Amino acid sequence: MRHSRILKDGVATQVAIDPSQQQEMTSQQWLPATTGTVFGIALNDKALCASMEQAFNEKPHVNPPKTPVLHIKTANTHIGYGAAIPAPANGEAIYAGPSIGIVMGQKATRVSEADAMSYVAGFTIVNEVTLAENSFYRPAVKAKCRDGFCPIGPWVVDQAEVATPEALAIRTYINGELSHSTNTDQLVYGLPQIVSYLSSFMTLEAGDLIIAGTPIRTAQLALKAGDTVAIEIDGLGRLENPVVNEAELG
Amino acid sequence: MKRARILFNGELTAVTVNDNNDAVLNDGTVIAEAEANWQPPCDGKIFVLGLNYADHAAELAFKAPEEPLVFLKGPNTLLGHRKNTYRPDGVDYMHYECELVAIIGKTAKNVSREEAMDYIGGYTVGNDYAIRDYLENYYRPNLRVKSRDTCTPVGPYIVDAKDVADPHNLALKTYINGELKQSGNTSDLVFDIPYLVEYLSAIMTLEPGDMIFTGTPEGLADVKPGDEIVTEVEGVGRLVNTIISETDYLASLN
Repeated sequence: MRHSRILKDGVATQVAIDPSQQQEMTSQQWLPATTGTVFGIALNDKALCASMEQAFNEKPHVNPPKTPVLHIKTANTHIGYGAAIPAPANGEAIYAGPSIGIVMGQKATRVSEADAMSYVAGFTIVNEVTLAENSFYRPAVKAKCRDGFCPIGPWVVDQAEVATPEALAIRTYINGELSHSTNTDQLVYGLPQIVSYLSSFMTLEAGDLIIAGTPIRTAQLALKAGDTVAIEIDGLGRLENPVVNEAELG
Repeated sequence: MKRARILFNGELTAVTVNDNNDAVLNDGTVIAEAEANWQPPCDGKIFVLGLNYADHAAELAFKAPEEPLVFLKGPNTLLGHRKNTYRPDGVDYMHYECELVAIIGKTAKNVSREEAMDYIGGYTVGNDYAIRDYLENYYRPNLRVKSRDTCTPVGPYIVDAKDVADPHNLALKTYINGELKQSGNTSDLVFDIPYLVEYLSAIMTLEPGDMIFTGTPEGLADVKPGDEIVTEVEGVGRLVNTIISETDYLASLN
């Protein structure tokens, strides 16, 4: 089963969706598919890490990361399927960040890698939008926490319905054209490792979401006002959002 | 007015706080300060300023930044008044950070410095513990240092903004087992509250309950299991916390 949230008569409403039924996407106002805290793992893509091998050993980093590099996407960033991603009025470049999202099903404190996935409800699609990732030295609040910079959805797919979460193709389309392809097998830290690591010092709650990892933000992922961006993950669905100049959103 | 939240009969309950710092329920029932089960006084985004006092920046061998160094915490890290914070086994340096916390009172986007104080609903005290052993030079200070379970006591209560005459002239003090260890004043903030509200609200929409931990002055010291740590902000509150061992913490989870 798939689980989402829609706006029904002005009220946020949980809905269960039978995947065998054709879903008319535009007839609903979709809300972010999850409501908890959203953590992201940076530098968790093999090619991105390889490209930074030299930088990792230079100032200001000095040493490669010893542990997963974490950030938070604040609540103001979360939007649902079809909602507008506000592009900065000054025309500054922004980038899509296609990733699988791990949705927690129950409270998890200090869970082992072996047990980690039993605390997971399912998976969703996340577009971890960002300004250019110029630096990984200081927390990227300015780049990553702008309003609407984290589409989540359209729904959460039960874990039982996803046979190989660590081998799913991820495709990003910009204005209908396939622009970028990756796969969940490109993650440096795998899904159980991520859940176990976060829970080793932070209690995860049911409904919390972990963005597993995003690829290098090349020109293939660059977005501008007027674009429509869609991320497809095999077995999870398609998350589509228009990009609109923030000055036009009021 | 002082407002807080306590667990009462298992439910998160809004209370006011009287002049003795006791919790007062809606029906007038008074629960003594030492007896109440204090919870973090609000929910919202948690912003924290690094290196926002020049003396503290120098203490850490940094020069004060040219723009605010803001990091985020998850709600898991928050803890109320008179609770226990655990020190992980085998770490070399865990220190408190006494901070004035400004709490957003109404939705704020693109607010100017001149108008910023109208958007502050109140103030509380925060203790932003850090475990320096876990610092890495990626998104520094990283979540493993700063967003740990039990590592951010906050409270005991929120004082209404109108009851704090000048939030930029408040003494900050931290005591370990009654001994004064840290002393500073919010007059030394590098980026003051109006600057921070303007800066953050230019990036994103702020909502009521969002917390801005404004940073800490110099005077850090290591804390050990058994220590009672009191962080105090003049006219805002006195926040008590006890350090326990990881072993005792793990036992408390079961």
